[in-house]
Amino acid sequence: MSETAMRIEVFKTYKLYVGGKFPRSESGRVYEVTDTKDQWLANAPLGTRKDTRDAVLAARAAVKGWSGTTAYNRGQVLYRVAEMLQGRREQFTAEVAAAEGLGAKKAAALVDAAIDRWVWYAGWTDKVAQIAGGANPVAGPFFNLSTPEPTGVVGVVAPRTGHGFSLLGLVSVVAPAIATGNTVVVAAAEQAPLPALSLGEVLATSDVPGGVVNLISGRTADIAPTLASHQDVNALDLAGAIDLEGPGAAAALEASAADTLKRVVRPAADPSAVDWTASPGTGRLLSFLETKTVWHPMGI
Amino acid sequence: MAKTDKKTAQPVQPAKPSGLFEYAPAPESPAAAGEIATSYGHFIGGRFVDSSGSEALKTVNPATEQVLAEFAQGTEEDVDRAVAAARKAFAGWSSLPGSERAKYLFRIARIVQERSRELAVLESIDNGKPIRETRDVDLPLVAAHFFYYAGWADKLDFAGFGPNPRPLGVAAQVIPWNFPLLMLAWKVAPALATGNTVVLKPAETTPLTALRFAEICRQAGLPDGVVNIVTGDGRTGAALTAHPDVNKVAFTGSTPVGRAIAKQIAGTRKKLSLELGGKAANIVFDDAPLDQAVEGIVNGIFFNQGHVCCAGSRLLVQESIQDELLDALKRRMGTLRVGDPLDKNTDIGAINSAAQLARITELAAAGEQEGAERWAPECELPGAGYWFRPTLFTGVSQAHRIAREEIFGPVLSVLTFRTPAEAVEKANNTPFGLSAGIWTEKGSRILWMANRLRAGVVWANTFNKFDPTSPFGGYKESGYGREGGRHGLEPYLNVEALDV
Repeated sequence: MSETAMRIEVFKTYKLYVGGKFPRSESGRVYEVTDTKDQWLANAPLGTRKDTRDAVLAARAAVKGWSGTTAYNRGQVLYRVAEMLQGRREQFTAEVAAAEGLGAKKAAALVDAAIDRWVWYAGWTDKVAQIAGGANPVAGPFFNLSTPEPTGVVGVVAPRTGHGFSLLGLVSVVAPAIATGNTVVVAAAEQAPLPALSLGEVLATSDVPGGVVNLISGRTADIAPTLASHQDVNALDLAGAIDLEGPGAAAALEASAADTLKRVVRPAADPSAVDWTASPGTGRLLSFLETKTVWHPMGI
Repeated sequence: MAKTDKKTAQPVQPAKPSGLFEYAPAPESPAAAGEIATSYGHFIGGRFVDSSGSEALKTVNPATEQVLAEFAQGTEEDVDRAVAAARKAFAGWSSLPGSERAKYLFRIARIVQERSRELAVLESIDNGKPIRETRDVDLPLVAAHFFYYAGWADKLDFAGFGPNPRPLGVAAQVIPWNFPLLMLAWKVAPALATGNTVVLKPAETTPLTALRFAEICRQAGLPDGVVNIVTGDGRTGAALTAHPDVNKVAFTGSTPVGRAIAKQIAGTRKKLSLELGGKAANIVFDDAPLDQAVEGIVNGIFFNQGHVCCAGSRLLVQESIQDELLDALKRRMGTLRVGDPLDKNTDIGAINSAAQLARITELAAAGEQEGAERWAPECELPGAGYWFRPTLFTGVSQAHRIAREEIFGPVLSVLTFRTPAEAVEKANNTPFGLSAGIWTEKGSRILWMANRLRAGVVWANTFNKFDPTSPFGGYKESGYGREGGRHGLEPYLNVEALDV
């Protein structure tokens, strides 16, 4: 055989990431994912409402363990994600380039920014209580201390637009939620889910316990309303709810979420204008927290 | 261990506590410490360099009195070179984005984790503290400290010191011998996170882990001159803190030296933080969980051979439970194992130096002369090395030297009280104010007491707990400034609005 004979590349079967495992969709169906020039890239699982409900179960089951780890431990796990992502930089560069129609250089810069964003949030795990909590000088002989606690399960509609949405945008909505001890179910960007599905492979090898992050690809109009109306989801990040009408529209999702008084982060006023490379601040980090205040008397 | 090798030749065997099972030795291998050079120079500008002088000091293994290595006595010229290297590195380091500085510190944290066994054994050999302690306390805290402050490097705008807080410049840092690498971490991590560069002088009896840390800086790719290490005794330290091109002085050690540094820098623009001596009261009420309290008392005074500035060296026990508590305490002290620091069964290792042993011995003798009653469990001590039995004194009055002076050894002074108010009076009756302990089941009393104690750290129903997120530091003559936590950033930041 000639050494120059063409080698047939091995394609990857993209799968969902639920409860630390990589299942196919219960629907048994996939949909075509193309690049920005309509060239076929891969088939992605067509996740359903049932897949979404299964993912919520997995996320709920993971809350106790994940929120119970020390903040230091969570920080190290998030930092480990950055380490693992760094090692797969080339793969993600190619996926981001295809997903967003960018050249390799620009895509690589977005992957680097995504790695650094994990590091940014790794550093927040053991500091958020120090800026969001504290002692309150009540007018009486009482010790009074407020501390933040995670809300629980957060439904995330991953960004579908804006510079860097496919990986950096995804990391920018997932990492702040789990940094504080929440678990998430993510509706991956419908038209460009491949970086998200590959991120599942990184998370699975980064000491992130199964169920802390669950990634569902498919129709946002199926997945997002399931999250919004689910009785066991505590909060909703609507970053990628860009539909103008129908059940996947931000207003409809927010209204549905109101039934269980979910905490809701609305999408940007103009989601297509979002630059995900901008410094993230603490907005999302502080969005999925409850404040608990403890009183205790002082006296002999 | 399946078998006991009778031929195992350890420098010293753990002493046999009376009336107990004999333990098979469980020695850590000294070879795990890695190669110790016969002599060391300074680490300046990213390289090991020779001293400009010819004087060398020796560091010994306090458990065997064997010389481990020679190292340079830093001269004024050496200090000058190190400060110049730090100054040169400052512009680049301080103008790096915080997120990039963070990544260097995360790397250091990870490399410390990777090399923690090596560093733990090396620390144990050079310092004399038990391997169980370096392995389970010192090294995990060192890595955690770098990890924590790494995260602050790009979050200083959120730390509550106003927008865009600035570093000070070159930090001169002088650290003690009781927790050599941990004190290095407490100093270096916040200084670097905030954008300062450092010249650090380790103690003259324990320079080895700091010199090994220099290698870690190189592995992490830290830019040259960001961390410089100059070895030597107090003369080197004085030259460093006095250097005119230093912007920040951080010192951990004795109150007299801290006072001398404060005088030395008076009239300069140098910012100073001091973590000095202590004479902590460990206060036990009659409703305290007794067994838990006994463990806390033992941990409070015998942890690290009592070489702890925040040690609970004064036990204040409520009169009604004195006898019961002392019986339990003596029983527990009888089970402490004194001996080979590298044996994993050892509770109390070697006293760090002959000089420190002499000071402990002298103060304990003064306790007897002044009329207190001395008690120590029977236990064999190894022949070579520096050792001191865990000791307690009863019948101690507030005027006794052993109730007033910091002994910095495994010696506990027991006093009594009747009411909470009396406990507060006695606890605060000291020029120090570093830490205190309270043992009671009643939460409101803990908080009432904590409110009145003039001490920087108050432990309730626990003692000697440390965490990088938790500020540590003293009131009164135990120093000022805090290390650890969000508060630990402030000593390394320019927070004066009008200071340009």
